[in-house]
Amino acid sequence: MSAPRPPGSGAHLVARSVGVQIDGAEILGGVDLEVRAGEVVALVGPNGAGKSTLLSALAGDVVPTTGTVELDGRPVRDWAVRALARERAVLLQKQGLAFGFRVEDVVRMGRAPWHRTPRQEADDEVVTAALLRADIATLAERLFPTLSGGEQARASFARILAQETPVLLLDEPTAALDIRHQEALLTACRDLADTGCAVVVVLHDLTLAAAYAHRVCLLASGRVRADGPPATVLTATLLSDVYEHPVEVLDHPNGPVVVPVRHGHLSAARRSLQAEEVS
Amino acid sequence: MTAVASQALPVGTTRGRVGAAVLLSGLTIGLLVAVVISAGHGQLAIPPVEVLGSVLHRLGLDVGPLPTHPQGDNTLWEVRFPRVTMGALVGASLATAGALMQGIFGNPLAEPGVVGVSSGAAVAAGAVIVFDVAFVGTWTAPVAAFVGGLATTLLVYVLSRDAGRTEVVTLVLTGVALNAMTSAGLAFLMFLGDTQAREEIVFWTLGSLNGSRWEYVAVVAPLAFGGILFAGLLARKLDLLALGDRAARHVGVDVERLRLTAIVLVAVLTAAAVSFCGVIAFVGLVVPHLIRMVAGPGHRLLVPASALGGALLVVLADLWARTAVAYADLPIGMLTSLVGGPFFFWLLRRARRTAGGWA
Repeated sequence: MSAPRPPGSGAHLVARSVGVQIDGAEILGGVDLEVRAGEVVALVGPNGAGKSTLLSALAGDVVPTTGTVELDGRPVRDWAVRALARERAVLLQKQGLAFGFRVEDVVRMGRAPWHRTPRQEADDEVVTAALLRADIATLAERLFPTLSGGEQARASFARILAQETPVLLLDEPTAALDIRHQEALLTACRDLADTGCAVVVVLHDLTLAAAYAHRVCLLASGRVRADGPPATVLTATLLSDVYEHPVEVLDHPNGPVVVPVRHGHLSAARRSLQAEEVS
Repeated sequence: MTAVASQALPVGTTRGRVGAAVLLSGLTIGLLVAVVISAGHGQLAIPPVEVLGSVLHRLGLDVGPLPTHPQGDNTLWEVRFPRVTMGALVGASLATAGALMQGIFGNPLAEPGVVGVSSGAAVAAGAVIVFDVAFVGTWTAPVAAFVGGLATTLLVYVLSRDAGRTEVVTLVLTGVALNAMTSAGLAFLMFLGDTQAREEIVFWTLGSLNGSRWEYVAVVAPLAFGGILFAGLLARKLDLLALGDRAARHVGVDVERLRLTAIVLVAVLTAAAVSFCGVIAFVGLVVPHLIRMVAGPGHRLLVPASALGGALLVVLADLWARTAVAYADLPIGMLTSLVGGPFFFWLLRRARRTAGGWA
């Protein structure tokens, strides 16, 4: 249902040497990133690396100081607001709502770009499917502001799904979610990619990124440190350097597992436990 | 509202549509009844049947009794009907302006009176009176009020917004500052003006429907109807604006254009309400809030229901103002503030609680 285009066609987002300066401070510099249809690209990196700014630039919210962002070959800032809304959906880190709309009404807001087009016919169907896909259908009648943070995130994700765009930009969509819903959301992203969508997702959990992204783009201090398949980017040496904390990457049948090396009382406690077991 | 039940969704809500029809027709009937009763009340009492009869006769239908009192028909058409019609138009304009402002500020406490837009419009209209300018006849005061209202709305917008949000405390304080400035402006005008101008200015600040005439109604009606109609056309986008500026843009709303259009509409509607009747505060606060409590925040219903509800409220408030004290015409703005003030306190406390502080 949410397959606006056949796999492999269209949906092409390119950032070329994008730089963003805010009040003279360089937030991003010389960032090249290409997102193709059928891909899930994870943006990872430490706090303040410029992930959200890059996502804003890709979304067209921030006009880059240098470089360009092009969607389907046209600079994002040349797109009309409504036409752009039919091409890309954005899930922001923080979702606010000024008034007490019901969850279903909020999800239906995602259909706004298709108002007065033939695709409006499918509104009810699409909204129902999005509610079910984001596992929020049972709360459809509830008022959005009364939901918990995780439930609000799921409702907002349902709104993004209802928008039915070939490009999806998600800023830390899993931050407030429990394990089950984290996995479900990223599975949904993979499924969207399989139908020809291009998905960019900012993630902090590197193991999640390793498991679900086709490509990982590692940002540090406003620049791309590495960009490629998870196995090549998520290495202990590179991550330890970028995060300024020793990191181990363990092999697991489901993909690499990234764990920080833990010193101090935690390891000491574990050592004493092991000592007890031995004795 | 329970968390179950909606797994069997057919999501298009006929229930909602029926509810909307009931609310709108209920308010319309209420308004018509209030108009008939209000027109019949006063020093010369005219029974509702005779009021209806008089209207029907004017429409060319020879149905129902005419007012039995020799001055009855005259009183109705020369005094009462213009006043009641004006009240309905002013109430509809104020409530719609309130709903619009709350929508564009994303804040249920925004209202033309509270944030100083009404008094900004009143200062401009007052200046026209004191300096005795009349560049466009009857339209002079409304045009001045529109300019004053527009300037203050823009000022509120610029001063109270920060990073795409309007905090409650900033908005209210902006209103305090603006109201202080406009009171100073009015005080200065009173100082400059002669006794007659002073009286007229006092009348602005208190608000009254006394002295409404058909020629004034003819000026206010197109502004009110035009403003409400355009507000209705913005309804869908105002809903989306509740998501916040960025998210609204992501679903295809040209946020800046929407906001400027809405600000112009607020100024038009406020000018319609203020030019001839002065400042009648809190209508735009109370009415949309009550409608939201009954019908939810969707603007497609909120805008027309607020217009009808505002008309109903002001017609009733004016009836009260005219009849509460025998042979006295209380200022209606005083009455609405008397009732609206405590309501505002209550809203403020609630906003504080839900926002987790004064932010």
